[in-house]
Amino acid sequence: MSNAPVDNGRRRFLTIATSVVGGVGAAGAAVPFIASWNPSERAKSAGAPVEVDISKLEPGQLIRVEWRGKPVWVVSRTPKMLEQMKEHEGQLRDPQSQEPQQLESSTNDYRSLRPEIFVAVGICTHLGCSPGFFQGNFGEKVEGTDDGFYCPCHGSKFDMAGRVFQSVPAPLNLEIPPYTFLDETTILVGEEKGVA
Amino acid sequence: MMKKLIIGLFALSVNLLPNVVMAASASVPLMEANNDISDQPSLQRGAKLFMNYCLGCHQMQYQRYERTFRDIGIPTEVGQEQLIFDGSKVGSHIKNAIAKEDAAKWFGAAPPDLTNVARVRGSDWIYTYLKSFYKDESRPFGVNNTLFPSVGMPHVLQELQGLPTAITEEVEEHGQTVTKIVRLETDGTGELSVDEYDQAARDLTNFLEYVGEPTRLESEALGIKVIGFLIILFILAFMLKKEYWRDVH
Amino acid sequence: MFGKIVSWIDDRIPMTRVWNMHIAQYPAPKNFNFWYFFGSLAMLVLVNQILTGIWLTMNFVPSSEGAFASVEYIMRDVEYGWLLRYLHSTGASAFFIVVYMHMFRGMIYGSYQKPRELLWLFGMFIFLALMAEAFMGYLLPWGQMSFWGAQVIISLFGAIPVIGDDLTLWIRGDYVISGATLNRFFALHVIALPLVIVILVFLHIVALHEVGSNNPEGIEIKRKKGSVAEEDKPKFKFHEYYTNKKDIVDAIPFHPYYTVKDIVGVVGFLILFCWVVFFMPAMNGFFLEAPNFEAANPLKTPEHIFPVWYFTPFYAILRAIPDKLIGVAAMGASIVVLALLPWIDRGRVKSVRYRCGFHKWNIAGFVVTFVLLGWVGATPQTDMKTIISQICTVTYFMFFVLLFVYSKNEKTKPLPERLTK
Repeated sequence: MSNAPVDNGRRRFLTIATSVVGGVGAAGAAVPFIASWNPSERAKSAGAPVEVDISKLEPGQLIRVEWRGKPVWVVSRTPKMLEQMKEHEGQLRDPQSQEPQQLESSTNDYRSLRPEIFVAVGICTHLGCSPGFFQGNFGEKVEGTDDGFYCPCHGSKFDMAGRVFQSVPAPLNLEIPPYTFLDETTILVGEEKGVA
Repeated sequence: MMKKLIIGLFALSVNLLPNVVMAASASVPLMEANNDISDQPSLQRGAKLFMNYCLGCHQMQYQRYERTFRDIGIPTEVGQEQLIFDGSKVGSHIKNAIAKEDAAKWFGAAPPDLTNVARVRGSDWIYTYLKSFYKDESRPFGVNNTLFPSVGMPHVLQELQGLPTAITEEVEEHGQTVTKIVRLETDGTGELSVDEYDQAARDLTNFLEYVGEPTRLESEALGIKVIGFLIILFILAFMLKKEYWRDVH
Repeated sequence: MFGKIVSWIDDRIPMTRVWNMHIAQYPAPKNFNFWYFFGSLAMLVLVNQILTGIWLTMNFVPSSEGAFASVEYIMRDVEYGWLLRYLHSTGASAFFIVVYMHMFRGMIYGSYQKPRELLWLFGMFIFLALMAEAFMGYLLPWGQMSFWGAQVIISLFGAIPVIGDDLTLWIRGDYVISGATLNRFFALHVIALPLVIVILVFLHIVALHEVGSNNPEGIEIKRKKGSVAEEDKPKFKFHEYYTNKKDIVDAIPFHPYYTVKDIVGVVGFLILFCWVVFFMPAMNGFFLEAPNFEAANPLKTPEHIFPVWYFTPFYAILRAIPDKLIGVAAMGASIVVLALLPWIDRGRVKSVRYRCGFHKWNIAGFVVTFVLLGWVGATPQTDMKTIISQICTVTYFMFFVLLFVYSKNEKTKPLPERLTK
């Protein structure tokens, strides 16, 4: 470096210009390497929206479907469940669903398009385990509430709208995926406005 | 002097390039397909022909419907309704349901996958092949092909082209008289005129060429930009070098 | 702040010293020409191959069931997968182009001569490792040409007396090329050989920097200590490692002069390279052969099989000889004889510029021979071509025989005292 001759504006300009343009080129060359880590057509195809037939879903029942490799729950909530949900709102972290864990259309008291049908991604917002469904015996976890979800990993508790209770490790309510009712008994999970 | 020699050698070797590829093809001179993979209506007609006439036996097991529709300008819903016949999801590969063993039994050999056929054979070959079927009662399917003698498949586009007959001539070859096919003449029973059939063959060829390398147009569009950028960088780098080398000279 | 960080590092590893010794204060002859681009270009292509190669392994499936489909998956389903693959496949051919140019440079300017014999040998080992690397890489797409090309090349080892058949069986790990062969080639291609090549390249550069670069004039820039007058010494500062031992004339520091020059070469090369990658990656069947777009089928050999173009000169020598063992031996000898060049050439004058007229013709004849062999090896055999390949096989080896003979008492031109332009 000590060989550098007397300072020269043109030399400095060309050095900077070439470095900048070369740097842009290097950044451009990195694009295919970075972009190739995005989900491929195969992953996208496997992650396409899934149709769920709920015609055989009985009140109080939960079915699991796979969407993008994750468990998605579809629960038919009974009137009793819906009633109890209002009673323990004081014990919840985010009873009004103010955190963006759901789309606009599900930002309501029930966190669903229809009160009786609950759809949620069954992954705990703490560290990614899948909570279990405690039907009728959730009272042992939260007094006065018969039904809810309990994560076996670190003890996070969620109510029948996937809302997280206070003083558990999970910070947020369960995620509600985009979904649409194609007809009375078919749900399309993965897209808010479904295609026929 | 050396530079000129190298450039000369390079030019010479590039001139020799086509020979190698042509050397591998059949004895029949190939017709020029003159297809254009940027012609979307042609690709769409070709896709329709493929799905209707070819997919029954030949798969494109590495190519997906969805990206095909996207690339050739067919809306997903339209493609789903009009071009997917087996109820496959739009994201799935273009496959058929026949088992390889059954196909091998029916045709003697399993019909080859056509995803890459244009890269293996070349577009002109496909175009010529589609136009080289003729009536030959001695063959199991009643047809033969001048480009692919003893071909193992029927002339599936017969309802479009009709069934051409071979016009033969006696010619002297190596001191012997042999019967040679000089041209094919259609019997006029097809739905399409000769020109229309040529266009259909071209469309189908075009579609197969597209599927062989679906990224061709994307590649060229990107390539122009990359090379343009490199030329700018080259000019800058060249000026930079000249500037520094004033110290040396 | 920056200075503090540098001195903190310098106290722990010799960063600045290595930078100065090998880059900023490394004395390079001032008269490098066009032919001196190919060393840095080979390095560039090596980096390209390693990077794109790593990225390809992220989606490649090394099994006989999955390999072909995974390549199609990369070409069609992975975002920019087609570009990564074309960069790698074009890079393979580009590697050989620049390496052949680099070797040719060494031949015309006598860069293999004393004291650079070991440098040349390391280069030849890189060339050998590169051929193995390319050959094994070519099997991985599991196309027809991959399969049958490997079949033919591995069968060559069968020509070795006594152990030949067992050896081919051992290399394949099966009675034919199979998934077992694919898996071991994959392991060697992505881990073992790249490591070997990188180490050899390192040694090649260490050897180069110890003896210093040759140049188109073929005269040394390092002179006996004290033999150069003060006013003849270059105005640049060179590292004392070099100046303590020798006086240096007509040299310039590698950086910035050859770094900025090599950038020009690199960008110029990239323009040509990208033109191929984006517009004609198959290069009319030379870089990607048409039958290789068909999955490997052990029951059906393609109509014509050839190795990829960079092997065809040697392959033509093999085919020229109607005896399997002698053919294989001749092919091996054609590479070994190149490695022996420092000892075959007994001349004292390095550069073709100052050697006898016959030497120029001999080299020109060698180039023509090499190109002809490559062409013959890459096209279907005919009687005419067999004769051409036989003549060329003779002229190939004659180059070395003649060189050995005339270089002993060669009538050379007087060497200049200093580097001219």
